Amino acid sequence: MERLFLFIYQYRSFFTFLVLEIVCVWLLVQNNQYQGAKFFNSANSVAAGINSTSQNFRDFLSLRQTNQRLSEENAYLKKKLEQRNQSLYSLNVREIKDPVIINRFDFLSARVINNSVHQFKNHLTLNKGEKDGVAPGMAVISADGVVGKVKAVSDHFSVVTSLLNIDVLTSVQLKRTSHFGTAQWDGSSTEHINLLYVPRHVQPLVGDTIVTSGYNSIYPEGILVGIIDKVELKDEALFHSISIKLSQDFRKLSYVAVVKSNLKEEQEALELLIEEK
Amino acid sequence: MNFNVIRLISFFFLLLMQVLLFKNVVLFHTAFCFIYVLYLLTFPVETNPLALMAIAFALGLGVDIFYDSVGLHAMASVFMVYVRGYWLNRITPQGGYDRNSVPTLAMNGMQWFIVYALPLVLLHHTLLFFAEAGGTAYFWFTFFKVLMSTLFTMVVLVIAQLLFSR
Repeated sequence: MERLFLFIYQYRSFFTFLVLEIVCVWLLVQNNQYQGAKFFNSANSVAAGINSTSQNFRDFLSLRQTNQRLSEENAYLKKKLEQRNQSLYSLNVREIKDPVIINRFDFLSARVINNSVHQFKNHLTLNKGEKDGVAPGMAVISADGVVGKVKAVSDHFSVVTSLLNIDVLTSVQLKRTSHFGTAQWDGSSTEHINLLYVPRHVQPLVGDTIVTSGYNSIYPEGILVGIIDKVELKDEALFHSISIKLSQDFRKLSYVAVVKSNLKEEQEALELLIEEK
Repeated sequence: MNFNVIRLISFFFLLLMQVLLFKNVVLFHTAFCFIYVLYLLTFPVETNPLALMAIAFALGLGVDIFYDSVGLHAMASVFMVYVRGYWLNRITPQGGYDRNSVPTLAMNGMQWFIVYALPLVLLHHTLLFFAEAGGTAYFWFTFFKVLMSTLFTMVVLVIAQLLFSR
């Protein structure tokens, strides 16, 4: 026993190294899993406070642009609302009366206080947290399209896994043909994302719009992702290799909306029931 | 001022520089600058390796919190300072190090510093980027990132030391 201690003491430097590395790898693996580590992220109050201050300065510089975009979005939404109202007058549509369905999605506006686009696994930090009703797993969108989903929350801040993350797979749909596919980032360009698993018989065209599908319970159906800007079909490939130009410029995110899907649990519980049988 | 106080201040100074300034400086989506390694590289030669590893872990974790990549920078930093001990022994100048010798550019000259720092920075970046990419799935792009970032970091390390040499 004594010799064991002596041995460990002799190589104490190596053993410390080993222990620290194991701790690091454990943290890394745990963090990679969805909804991982709670404290060691930019949602903790000190880090978020520092980021928030730094973002205040940057926000000041882009104030004019942000205002313009917000007012444009407002105008667009007003137009949509008016169109909807008009069409409801003229068409005798069967109205959905169930308030649960009508209020299926809640939207919560939040400010981006920290953002990265250059890593392989990018994250955003928002200034809304658990106390505002944000929970892990919620979708985050902006006026221009999909942004990501909430990974971890603290009391007043939350960390969002960006769409620009090599681990994130998003179920999407070709709007024109209604075929499904999966969007995944490959780390190389901040403006493009790959569309995978679109089979050979589908004929996607450059310029086709890609939106989220209703297959995941996170994003509402039909949120814009981007447009196809390159399609390639190799001779023996099973699927097309498609590159999507993202509609959202991730380098310029300032305000986003967190989407709370009120029926998410119901949908997931039902799907789970099927899987078990 | 006391050596330890200066060290403590520069810990937070370099950490904040990294996460507030250099986090936003990425050239061509490939060249990153991880200036915080300067703090670990410039510890005196005789520093207790256990203490140095603990410091590297703390600094790495601090950077990780802001990069939302917990464990990644800590892992690369701890590995780098562990190898640093062996590397310093390997490149001992003739007659050995002086007492309280510090491995900086001002103390040992440009050539020595590059021989000392380049392999360590390269090792740090290699670990960092390949661990982040989750293996070799994006090998060439990651490799390119490593080379460009090592170059960028080295340039900034040299400039920073010329500017702030004591």
